[in-house]
Amino acid sequence: MEKVIKTEKLTKKFGDFTAVDAISFEVGTGEIFGFLGANGAGKTTVMRMLCGLSHPTSGIGTVAGFDIFHQSESVKKNIGYMSQKFSLYNDLKVWENLRLFGGIYGMKEIEIVEKTTKTLQELGFESERNTLVKSLPLGWKQKLAFSVSIFHEPKIVFLDEPTGGVDPVTRRQFWELIYAAATRGITIFVTTHYMDEAEYCNRVSIMVDGKIEALDTPRNLKNTFDAVSMDEVFQRLARKAKRSDNY
Amino acid sequence: MFEALAVNNISITYGKLQALKDVCFKVEKGELFGLIGPDGAGKTSLFRILTSLLIPNNGTATVDGLDVVRDYRQIRNRVGYMPGRFSLYQDLTVEENLNFFATVFGTTVKENYYLIKDIYRQIEPFKTRRAGKLSGGMKQKLALSCALIHKPTVLFLDEPTTGVDPVSRKEFWGMLKKLKEQGITILVSTPYMDEAALCDRVALIQKGEILKIDTPKQISESFPHKLYSIHSDDNYNLLLQLRKNPTVYSAYSFGDTLHVVFNEELTADNTQYKEIQPTIEDCFMDLLKK
Amino acid sequence: MKQFLSFVKKEFYHIFRDRRTILILLVMPVIQIILFGFAITTEVKDTPIAVLNPVKDDASRQIVERLAASEYFTLVSEANRVEDIEKALQKGEIKLAVVFYPDNILHTGEAAVQIIVDATDPNQANIFANYATNIISQWAIENQWNNSQLKIVPQIKMLYNPQMKGAYNFVPGVMGLILMLICAMMTSVSIVREKEMGTMETLLVSPVKPIYIILAKITPYFVLSIVNLTTILLLSVFVLGVPVAGNLWLLILLSLIFILSTLSIGLFISNVVSTQVAAMLISGMALMMPTMLLSGIIYPIESMPEILQWLSCILPVRWYIAAVRALMIQGVDFIFVVKEFAILTGMALVLLGVSLKRFNVRLNN
Repeated sequence: MEKVIKTEKLTKKFGDFTAVDAISFEVGTGEIFGFLGANGAGKTTVMRMLCGLSHPTSGIGTVAGFDIFHQSESVKKNIGYMSQKFSLYNDLKVWENLRLFGGIYGMKEIEIVEKTTKTLQELGFESERNTLVKSLPLGWKQKLAFSVSIFHEPKIVFLDEPTGGVDPVTRRQFWELIYAAATRGITIFVTTHYMDEAEYCNRVSIMVDGKIEALDTPRNLKNTFDAVSMDEVFQRLARKAKRSDNY
Repeated sequence: MFEALAVNNISITYGKLQALKDVCFKVEKGELFGLIGPDGAGKTSLFRILTSLLIPNNGTATVDGLDVVRDYRQIRNRVGYMPGRFSLYQDLTVEENLNFFATVFGTTVKENYYLIKDIYRQIEPFKTRRAGKLSGGMKQKLALSCALIHKPTVLFLDEPTTGVDPVSRKEFWGMLKKLKEQGITILVSTPYMDEAALCDRVALIQKGEILKIDTPKQISESFPHKLYSIHSDDNYNLLLQLRKNPTVYSAYSFGDTLHVVFNEELTADNTQYKEIQPTIEDCFMDLLKK
Repeated sequence: MKQFLSFVKKEFYHIFRDRRTILILLVMPVIQIILFGFAITTEVKDTPIAVLNPVKDDASRQIVERLAASEYFTLVSEANRVEDIEKALQKGEIKLAVVFYPDNILHTGEAAVQIIVDATDPNQANIFANYATNIISQWAIENQWNNSQLKIVPQIKMLYNPQMKGAYNFVPGVMGLILMLICAMMTSVSIVREKEMGTMETLLVSPVKPIYIILAKITPYFVLSIVNLTTILLLSVFVLGVPVAGNLWLLILLSLIFILSTLSIGLFISNVVSTQVAAMLISGMALMMPTMLLSGIIYPIESMPEILQWLSCILPVRWYIAAVRALMIQGVDFIFVVKEFAILTGMALVLLGVSLKRFNVRLNN
């Protein structure tokens, strides 16, 4: 399998503090990769480096075939990003949001028009084309936000706690969108605090104190740690953390 | 002897949106009662009505036998409330916040220290740090300490575990259990179904209506179908196939497995399907299907 | 009482821990006073002028010398043709030109002097023209014995502000502005911040009486306003040289009443809006603009259209500034500012009453 994310001894220091401590991992094309860790374990720092927003102190990282240190502009063109906090403009209509993000990523007019129709069809949102985003229910917004983040067909999409607070049915619809995107070959990189969400990933990594302490399929991790749930696996590993909450 | 909480036919509307529709339930003294439902289900509105911050359009509610509209002054003396957002002063230190809220409630930290000791001790090493600089888990502990400092009889916790990492979440539920042992009635809301199991009784709520109220165990047991789980290497394709199958009543993904309900009894040769105990989440989805 | 004190203490923590707030509260008034007092001034000083003097007799020469010697003007060029003057005015090199026509003043007794002024800013142009006329008239008076046919020139005397200092006009205005800003804007923002941060929810659920919350919120700003008032008065007396001509205690009493009324406006704003940005905008747009424009700080009220004059009457700051002018600059007795005192007190009480009544013990639906 082709690797779309590769890191080798990726390190980030802030002064004396080593936020990310020489981590090495790979993520394959079309994989759904869960990136877990307690508060302060270094998740956000890694994600920022992978998105080309922050330079590593040392080590190598490539995303979509581009070096995150030297080619961060090319990295940004080939990734999508969705966070729970910001993703869509509430005061724009559904189609205007799609248009806007298509435009931002330099898609051609005709592509945008075609893709908009297709996306709305897939979501079953044709009737909401002209609705203002703010009047959509939360679950719909999240689904739309995800579609916007993969609108320009990026190689990788980064999801930051994507499904917090929605009902279980909507949440599954959301995961089905993720599965569908992964089947098309888009790599999904998810960070989350919710371990039941982690169970949906193909593989998960757990970061503790700036290091990756475990990396495997949820099934294998549960077997290794003799645990019934990912939550239990996480509790075991994260409890060893020295700094987590306290720096 | 009053119930700690009694809610009768509470409704509230904001403009066109009906946030709560005829909500009724009772909470006994000393109970740990969970309000489980997604964002926008009406949980926060209900909390605000019960803490006398909002007046319902319809219905009545009592806290400790006191009417939430008429006796709002007395209620404010007795309840502890931790709103959904972090509602302490970010520019005050941990200690200053705690002292301030103690004074506001007409008490001192010393007087009720025993109640918050277990919780506060964990953040005491950082007591000169500004609250805004604390991590999620520590903020939550401070907020809980502040809500408890006047020894409330009823504690309202609106989504206390949202945005908090799993370790802190687990610790938090541990603290609630201890508080319950002290005889404090606790009403807690959460969008996370897996937390339901930690409550004495739960109300499942969606779109302003209560779908079901019972103990977590009874809710699982009342699941009206046989539930099967199946695992394959390509769950997504399997799911799409199952959806097309007329004998399948419902199929949805559940972590790295699929949960399936059939319209008819399974034949014995379907060994890849394993019968399982439904979780609260399965029940919630089944209730939504109706 | 203990609750109240701990509230006030908390409020001071907020203020002193936010550098921006401190800057607005303590540094800005000083800067404003100094800016208004020195930089932004309508005083005429070293205005560049030109003369066209083809006559070149003693009289005209003396006048030119006088003009050039005055501190108001600087002679930058002696033109030879009218076109040169026109050009210089267009380029903005000069603001005023004096042209002598070839009728010898001393011989004919007829003076033909033309003053050409750049009237882009009409107020300023008037002032320039007045100064120039004065200098010329002055010369004429002093030289009257030479020519008895000269007409008597009206002499203008500047009352209260004999040196025509801009500061005399601005100090009362800036006092009004600063107190308005601190009281109304800072109070409303600080209350709305609690709403926005969600802490208001926690406070409302506590047994604290809402009146305590309000009083505790406004006390620190009341104290700071008094600090500012003192600073402004000290600055204006000792730095700008504007004395307090009237009774200082009356002035302070007047200021306290005004502070109370603006605090109430701040409270009122905080009741109606729910975000800090909205509070800023409302106190900025709805209070500052009218205060600047309609209360006579920049433009005299008397020269405004009638409808705006009426509008300015509902602003407490208009009455405050009028009364401060009377008390501080004119040094009048209490009896002359009774009307302003009465109106301000009335406004303060009504505003305070309304905003206390409107303060919600619950969240807005």
